[in-house]
Amino acid sequence: MNGFFDIPSDLQHSWWGLIGLHLREALLPVLAGLLLALPLAQLCVRVRWLYPPVLGLTTVLYAVPSLAFFVVLIDYTGQTELTVMIPLAVYSLVVLVPAIVDGVRSVPEETLAAAKAMGFGPVRRYVQVQLPIAVPAILAGLRVATVSSISLVSVGTLIGNQGALGNLLADAQKYDRPELAVNSVITTAVLAVLCDAALVLARNLLTPWMPRGTRTRPRRAGRRELPEAEKAAR
Amino acid sequence: MNVLNFVNAFFSDGAHWHGYDGIPQRLLEHVRYSLLALALAAAIGLPVGLLTGHTGRGGNALAFIATAARALPSFGLLVLIVILMGFGLLPVMIPLVVLAVPPILVTTYEAVRSVDPSPVDAARGMGMRESRILFQVELPVALPLILSGLRSAAVQIVSTATIAAYVSLGGLGRYIVDGLYQRDYEKVVGGATLVAVLALVTLAVFWAAGRLAVSPGVRRR
Repeated sequence: MNGFFDIPSDLQHSWWGLIGLHLREALLPVLAGLLLALPLAQLCVRVRWLYPPVLGLTTVLYAVPSLAFFVVLIDYTGQTELTVMIPLAVYSLVVLVPAIVDGVRSVPEETLAAAKAMGFGPVRRYVQVQLPIAVPAILAGLRVATVSSISLVSVGTLIGNQGALGNLLADAQKYDRPELAVNSVITTAVLAVLCDAALVLARNLLTPWMPRGTRTRPRRAGRRELPEAEKAAR
Repeated sequence: MNVLNFVNAFFSDGAHWHGYDGIPQRLLEHVRYSLLALALAAAIGLPVGLLTGHTGRGGNALAFIATAARALPSFGLLVLIVILMGFGLLPVMIPLVVLAVPPILVTTYEAVRSVDPSPVDAARGMGMRESRILFQVELPVALPLILSGLRSAAVQIVSTATIAAYVSLGGLGRYIVDGLYQRDYEKVVGGATLVAVLALVTLAVFWAAGRLAVSPGVRRR
């Protein structure tokens, strides 16, 4: 298609520049969400009665549409990247907390007892035993958070061209150039798939003890358990 | 609290309660879009998920399709389709269905796959046909999980159906998009509150459906 990579100058970025911007706007919030989710999840594991209310609150926050979230924040943070990144960080937090809590809770009692018997303190037990065992669950949550974050950045175009690759959508309408919209959708989707693949690779590297075969669950095992990704998305 | 004041002002304004831009009308439109999208997604996801789950084949292809569908940006897809096809209900339904099919498909597949194989073998030993095994043994046992997949799809649809307003359709997104361009934050916050409440009602409906539809023998475990 003609002019596929011919980015209008009002965006003030090249195609690669937009990709960099998009990745920054999408991935920094996920990172922030993860850093906030780890202590919060640990608190929920420790203080059991805290988990249901936290889960309820996060469900409500997740139901707030991203556009509404952006617009409300304009009042406080203006039409900036930050206005796009704060809601994305909240959505990531919402996806990650249940994923981490379920992952840490799924560590068998015997394993914890063994760690205790070996003289592990609570901190070492958390870092060296619970977290590594919870890695598959945490990474499943991270995958959902990352992919949805990359997809949602585009909505930022509605609040004053803060949507990185999504800004191409606005320009496609403004200048009547559908190829820009095609470019935006395809590039965003490819970025999401690549980041997803990178996270799968990271999981495989972080869990060397898991045999390849068991990752796709055999029929008998794991009865009545949600698939990891959907569990995280709940 | 700023936001709470907005919510209060929005809901106590009598003008927001009637007419074509009134809350009942917009709520009805939103529910209609959401139900239509959920029905379409379920019509695609449930049969395919049940069938592949029953035969146990095609799991990898399914995971691949789900990942690809998840990667497509809903908002970008909407704008692209509107540019290519023009305005209407169909351009809104496509992104919503693309959004909702992966959770339904993957959860249904996993749900049927993870049914305890011994009752299935027993049913087969009793001479049940495959279709009866699927609908009378596997489906009832897998129902709680299948419902949870539908529930997560429904909540995402309710929240995302707001984008319909961006392409000049109705629904609760009308308040959010109009409020954005009119710099009327009261309207935006009111619309967002309504969407969040609708999502919670959706959760409650699925909880109730689970209580009614799931057999007590399955629930007890």
